[in-house]
Amino acid sequence: MKALIKITLKNGVLDPQGKAIEGTLNSLGFSGVNDVRQGKLIEVDLDETERQAAEDMVERMCEELLANTVIEDYSFELLA
Amino acid sequence: MIRACVIVFPGSNCDRDVKVALEAVTGCPVTMVWHQEDEVPASDIIVLPGGFSYGDYLRCGAMAARSPIMSDVVKKAKAGVPVLGICNGFQVLLETGLLPGALMRNASLNFVCKDIWLKCERVSTSFTQCYRKDQIIRIPIAHHDGNYFADKETLDRIEGENQVVFRYCDRDGNVSEAANPNGSQRNIAGICNESGRIVGMMPHPERLFERALGGTDGRRIFESVVVGVASAMVEGGLPQAQP
Amino acid sequence: MNEASLNAKAPEITPELVAEHGLAAEEYERLLEIMGREPTITELGIFSVMWSEHCSYKSSRLWLKTLPTTGPNVIQGPGENAGIVDLGDGYAVVFKMESHNHPSYIEPYQGAATGVGGIMRDVFTMGARPIANLNALRFGSPDHPKTKHLLSGVVAGIGGYGNCVGVPTVGGEVNFDSGYNDNILVNAMCVGLARTDKIFYSAAKGVGLPVVYVGSKTGRDGIHGATMASAEFDDQTQDKRPTVQVGDPFTEKLLIEACLELMASDAIIAIQDMGAAGLTSSTAEMADKGGVGFALNLDKVPQREIGMSAYEMMLSESQERMLMIIKPGSEKEAEAVFEKWGLDFSVIGETTDTGHMVVSHQGQVVADIPVKMLADSAPLYDRPWVPTVVPKAILPEWVSAPENGALNALKQLMGTHHLCSRRWIWEQYDHMVMGDTIGRPGGDAAVVRVFKTNKGVAVTCDVTPRYVSADPCMGTKQAVVETWRNLTAVGADPLAITDNLNFASPERPEVMGQIVGSIQGMGEACRTLDYPVVSGNVSLYNETNGQGIPPTPAIGAVGLIPDCTKIADIAIKHEGSLLIVIGREDGWLGQSLYQEMMSGSFEGAPPPVDLADELKAGRLVRTLIREGLLDTVHDVSDGGLLITIAEMALAGDIGVELFPYEGRRPSYAIWFGEDQGRYVLCVKPDMAEEVAERARLLALPARIVGRTGGKDIQLPGEEPLSLVTLRKAHENWLPKYMEH
Repeated sequence: MKALIKITLKNGVLDPQGKAIEGTLNSLGFSGVNDVRQGKLIEVDLDETERQAAEDMVERMCEELLANTVIEDYSFELLA
Repeated sequence: MIRACVIVFPGSNCDRDVKVALEAVTGCPVTMVWHQEDEVPASDIIVLPGGFSYGDYLRCGAMAARSPIMSDVVKKAKAGVPVLGICNGFQVLLETGLLPGALMRNASLNFVCKDIWLKCERVSTSFTQCYRKDQIIRIPIAHHDGNYFADKETLDRIEGENQVVFRYCDRDGNVSEAANPNGSQRNIAGICNESGRIVGMMPHPERLFERALGGTDGRRIFESVVVGVASAMVEGGLPQAQP
Repeated sequence: MNEASLNAKAPEITPELVAEHGLAAEEYERLLEIMGREPTITELGIFSVMWSEHCSYKSSRLWLKTLPTTGPNVIQGPGENAGIVDLGDGYAVVFKMESHNHPSYIEPYQGAATGVGGIMRDVFTMGARPIANLNALRFGSPDHPKTKHLLSGVVAGIGGYGNCVGVPTVGGEVNFDSGYNDNILVNAMCVGLARTDKIFYSAAKGVGLPVVYVGSKTGRDGIHGATMASAEFDDQTQDKRPTVQVGDPFTEKLLIEACLELMASDAIIAIQDMGAAGLTSSTAEMADKGGVGFALNLDKVPQREIGMSAYEMMLSESQERMLMIIKPGSEKEAEAVFEKWGLDFSVIGETTDTGHMVVSHQGQVVADIPVKMLADSAPLYDRPWVPTVVPKAILPEWVSAPENGALNALKQLMGTHHLCSRRWIWEQYDHMVMGDTIGRPGGDAAVVRVFKTNKGVAVTCDVTPRYVSADPCMGTKQAVVETWRNLTAVGADPLAITDNLNFASPERPEVMGQIVGSIQGMGEACRTLDYPVVSGNVSLYNETNGQGIPPTPAIGAVGLIPDCTKIADIAIKHEGSLLIVIGREDGWLGQSLYQEMMSGSFEGAPPPVDLADELKAGRLVRTLIREGLLDTVHDVSDGGLLITIAEMALAGDIGVELFPYEGRRPSYAIWFGEDQGRYVLCVKPDMAEEVAERARLLALPARIVGRTGGKDIQLPGEEPLSLVTLRKAHENWLPKYMEH
């Protein structure tokens, strides 16, 4: 089973990289681009085949290492 | 005899520098401890050095904070052994939760290496007791992710508890936006825990501890260690932090 | 290379395929002669990279041989991974400069980063811990649409790699010129420190020894990078993007520590990094130097991707990999070290007495090449050349006087892309890590202390391409003496140089003429100054659609400071000191920045270099520093005397009151002329006459030009120029330019 884990900065946490991207997009002529936020996408291949167990495991991975919950939110999806 | 340990992670690169500074000031040999060890030898202080542990991959300090040695560092820190985290070491301390907040990408998005000025706001810590309160000192920074962040509640709390050790300022001591090199909230450059025994700071005191390097303002960090250990021996305990 | 020919089992060796590999028809004929049969695709690949310009120096070798490469302190000259010079007391300095021009143009961050990584491996391969990095960068005109993007990517890449590895980047230089619009130059230099009894070489001496692969795994990165580095650009080059390698500085750091740890034992017989042309050039060079053959089993090569062919593995330029020959029986010990650092370790073959490189893959022999013939029969060309026509010298009177006074011209010049502060760049480099940087960037040369001693190593790199364009011989002589002066100005004894020769296509006789002139000038300067060339790199074909770069022989140099308490820098330290200029003042405006500002283009012959005077002035400056009489000195270079003095004032934040010039030249020519062989010395007032007299005794002109004090630059009859205003002009240009 494969897990796709998305990590983004929490709302309210300043994202200077997102801001820079937004500035460049605007200067390239993409108007109406707002609130660009940059994050990470992490792909993990799991031996686990049972869905609930996989979910629990990925949840723990996020809490223990992959996300810094002081500043980051995470979400994930499991692909069979 | 001062027993100091420096923890070495793969990718640490200021481990030797801080060892040199500690040995020069304390006159005692420093023990280097590899991240895969389970236990830190009995020490008077522990230093988490600067560098790029694990290449700064994922998040600065994130993987180092979860390496085998860190559970013992956390245990000893909680038991009262003074711990200093410099730059990447500060990032590691935040990732372990020993200190509050997070360090984000510099507001300029660029790595920045230069001398900056600091105001010493709390001098009752294991690493700053040799500075005068509100003394202005010059120490270099060198980082890409030194932008201190915490939510408003946390910021109010650490300010209320006198846990801000250093703030970025100009040479005259003005804590201003212009003097903030990385976008840190409230110009915070270094913080400590309530007792003042765990200190994390972005600037590198080991880089200006002798005249040949162009300045000695960083030296008192290490002299504070000497004073702390000496008074602990006299009093039979570590100095009590006086906020 | 198209996809089909890479992946087919046994592709037919067609003339087109040979041409795609960059081999000329007569070169392929020679290959057939050596092999006595048609080569396999893997063999064709191996020959093509080994005989590329990058690996074989086929166009320049004939001329490089004329350079002085030996001296009493030289431990290793050109021909190894890097040059080595003795520092005394058991220490040696190991250094080299190398280009990563084409990859940096295609992908600036990774191109520059891997350039830094590669040159560091060249240095630690020899047993040295890298202690300083420098870089010489050339970009196109500031108003060219790609310049900003390239500059920001290259600087971030250099910083991203060096900062992470933890080696201070202490110096460098940057030029902007439209001649580099489509061919930027990224030359990286690394300086390392070794013990003289712990130097490692690449010769695989001995038969039956394990050949060991360590470091990162092999992927399909940079296949044909070495031949790309020797090919002209065209508009399709953008499509070559996938061949650029990606750097991993974290692994490089681990590799340094692991190699140095194993080197402390006596397990290693020979070691070589896998640079351009990866496994091919490292195995070929080690076998050739050791006079042995290699039997390699590619199945043992740690691989990052599945289904890699032998061709791909032999030509891959994956980064952070090394090849070692170790003592039989030491495999366990060696493996343990690399395991500790989390790096791959694999015995991939052994040395043999066959003299052949025999490569097998999946049970088949895919290459069987006589090593000596591969190395010795590399083509060597005596390319036709025509000498450069040097423009006539121009008289100072032919250049107009500044309209609003010299100080106004000074302010203008200090705020141009030529002379503005490079702080925006070097503040992105960690220049203090390792705790021994005692002379920081922004001065003449950086100074790094030798760990736990009182010795220092001074380092710099220089060339003024417009001088070389006008007169390759004189211009390159000037580049050599400028490094020599920069080292002198911090108090160092100049030891030796490394050269990084960047030119356009050598197949054009006028470009070949630049190469020849440049090497001749370098040779003459180095012989006279007793300043050997101990390592180097040649980068040719820097041209796009027939438009070549200005000839750019970057010179990297290293000097020794015997006592770190006796050094100088450029910052004025006291009020009331006197400034003395020593050296001839002829007001030479040809090719000067002032001349360009007044007329819009660089004209005339570049300033001449007098090597005998350089020797005398250099000796005097070093003596004064060692006697403790001088701690503030700056050599006069780009922009001339007034620029030099202004830089000294800004560095110390102390102003200068200049005395009027009363000679027979136009005064603006004295303030802005770029005459060579000069230094500005800042001394105590009661010492000034004595210092000037000591210069005159050596038949060197000396003139007291001003007194320090205040917060302005003052010149009689002109409005004072405040340091605040000047600093603004000087510091603002680059940050403003780089703003989004």
